[in-house]
Amino acid sequence: MYGKKVKLRFLFLILILISAILSVFLILQSLEENVVYFQSPSEIKSLVELNNKKIRVGGMVKEQSIVIKSNEVKFIITDFINEISVTYSGAIPNLFVEGKGVVAEGFLKDRNYFFATKILAKHDENYMPPEVNQAIGDK
Amino acid sequence: MLANQIGYYSLVIGVLFSFFVCAASIKDFNSSNKRISQNVLALSFMQLTFVVVSFLSLILSFIKSDFSNETVFNNSHTTKPLFYKISGTWGNHEGSLLLWLLVLTLFIFVFLVKSRKQPKKYRILTLLIQQIIIIGFFLFVLITSNPFNYLFPIPNEGLGLNPILQDPILAIHPPILYLGYVGSSIIFSASLAAITQNYVSKEWGQHIKKWVLVSWIFLSIGIMLGSIWAYYELGWGGFWFWDPVENVSLMPWLTLTALLHCILVLEKRGVLKSWVVILSITTFTLSMCGTFLVRSGILNSVHTFANDPSRGIFILIFLFVLIFLSLGIFFLSHKEKNEDFYNFFWLSKETSILVNNWFMMYFLSVILIGTVYPIFLDVVTAEKISVGPPFYHKLIAPFLAPFLIFMAFAIKLKWIKSKIENRYSLIILFLTSLFLTFLIIKNLSTDLLFYTVLISAAFFLFFTTLKELFIQKLKNIPQTVAHFGFSLLMLSILFNSILSSEIITNIKIGERYNYNKSQIFFEKIEEKKGSNFNSIIGYFKITNENGKIIQLKPEIRIYNQPKIITSEADIKTTFLEDKFLVMNIVKGNEYFNIRYQTKPFMFWIWISVLLLSTGGLISVLKKNYEK
Repeated sequence: MYGKKVKLRFLFLILILISAILSVFLILQSLEENVVYFQSPSEIKSLVELNNKKIRVGGMVKEQSIVIKSNEVKFIITDFINEISVTYSGAIPNLFVEGKGVVAEGFLKDRNYFFATKILAKHDENYMPPEVNQAIGDK
Repeated sequence: MLANQIGYYSLVIGVLFSFFVCAASIKDFNSSNKRISQNVLALSFMQLTFVVVSFLSLILSFIKSDFSNETVFNNSHTTKPLFYKISGTWGNHEGSLLLWLLVLTLFIFVFLVKSRKQPKKYRILTLLIQQIIIIGFFLFVLITSNPFNYLFPIPNEGLGLNPILQDPILAIHPPILYLGYVGSSIIFSASLAAITQNYVSKEWGQHIKKWVLVSWIFLSIGIMLGSIWAYYELGWGGFWFWDPVENVSLMPWLTLTALLHCILVLEKRGVLKSWVVILSITTFTLSMCGTFLVRSGILNSVHTFANDPSRGIFILIFLFVLIFLSLGIFFLSHKEKNEDFYNFFWLSKETSILVNNWFMMYFLSVILIGTVYPIFLDVVTAEKISVGPPFYHKLIAPFLAPFLIFMAFAIKLKWIKSKIENRYSLIILFLTSLFLTFLIIKNLSTDLLFYTVLISAAFFLFFTTLKELFIQKLKNIPQTVAHFGFSLLMLSILFNSILSSEIITNIKIGERYNYNKSQIFFEKIEEKKGSNFNSIIGYFKITNENGKIIQLKPEIRIYNQPKIITSEADIKTTFLEDKFLVMNIVKGNEYFNIRYQTKPFMFWIWISVLLLSTGGLISVLKKNYEK
């Protein structure tokens, strides 16, 4: 009916199509699982339910709130309306200073308490992560 | 002051010359002359000269700390060492764009000189398309990011360069990366010119291959330099973070690598023409996107520096014009004569290269989606998200093993029709790799099956390429060296990720911290004065489980202008592993935050990227590669 060449091309096309669909499906699937949402302290306060997914919290480090012990650091992130206490053990970036912007990644224990696994560094003392800017600017 | 004026007017004259070049080459296009008229060459040379003059005068302004120039004022300081005054020229937005422009004009001139044997109309069209890009960049520089803005009254002192950019590697990283990015613009223009002239052929493949290789080498080395810098300067203790800014440099690299392989097929067999053109367009578009995303501040990355959104819109419009133009040209001149597929035998070098391209396209789409999806979601739903390393690892790692095994098989395949030779030696090599991996892995507490498969695949490629290196004649040297480098890279990365260890703690001076029979002793600190910073040097003695003591001296630098604190990690590199110590201070506290890491095979990661590029370099230098 069809020539061998046509069949071969047809097979080739189907193969490409299937692999393309498969990879897109795979990518979207794991995107769903591995996305980290960004929230401000106020958004966390108004959360209906807590889950144990990793999130990022951004805002300002509250003045006079940093307490350092040998194995951990405690501080408070504020967006000037609500605040959240953070416990963190790990490397501290140089620009982690009271009164400056910060983004912490980790897990919520409850609405007032955050367990951070990472504090993000910045490169520029004037630079502020867009989320922090917005979290503060919105208010 | 004078340099400022000269720089600005050179740029303006440079734009005029772009139009002259266009006019002259359009006139020359239909003339009966067989060669490009000297006028066009001379005009193109003049254009290059004016951009060079402009660039040199910007450097001069930086050296003289001429603060009447806004760019110098924003990015320099009198106490900065001379070397960083010069590198500060391209360490900022305006200067780096001027560098783009310089490389663009330089490359098109080199192209004109080097392509004398090519058809005249093709050369002129390449020149014209390249001039469109050049004019776009001229306007971009002059309108949105003029490096020669005048400041009055003249400030006494500048704002200084961000200290983390004051680094020898970061001084050469942008120029090298740009050579790679901009090299892809030549491939872009040339492939569009070639398709309109119906000149996408074996001869064209042979001629453009050099450009592909050169861009690829520069891009590879540029990415590696950035990675080395991030490793020791940011103190995160890794070489790749799947940060959006890193991803945008990796994406053109992937398409360029795919293109590099396809060009070989085109050169040998004269097929895959459309695909080569599509890859050329994609590579350049991705390079432009990289510049756009990094410069516009759209990317949600810890790498982004403060910047200006109006610039982003200009690049975006420019980008769209280029994409539509190129797709238009592509579809209008595309010949509906698709002889590509059906004379491919399933077991041949060309099929294997197609499979390589499938993998590349898959990796590309993973990275593209991971990078763009957060931006997309932010625009559509205003939800802020980030996509982290687990996403990439999960999607890329499982495909790496088949990719590596496939590479190992493909190395010995021949063109047109091939069969697998030396089956037994392949099987023996495979079993050896499996066995070796199992021996190494079984003592480690990691995900056994997953890593066994991945590492044995990497070993398999390693051994097959190693064997090739020894037995073969000089014929395939570039290919073998590059693939050997790649296998080494994969092995180093895999072992690095399994065997790395890390200790993070807060420690006071004089304290000891014990863990796993090892000890970190914080002896003392010492203060020192550098030319534009004060530094605190920490003295640490680290005793490992065998009782061996090493001393590490990480540093904290407090720069005077801008007032920024940076940490300089101290790294002891040996063939087998890096010992990495970085410390930070937290304001007003006696505790220092330290991070101590042992990172095996870091050295080999850099070496293997160099090997990879060396493969490309040999291929450029070798005239009759694979005859």
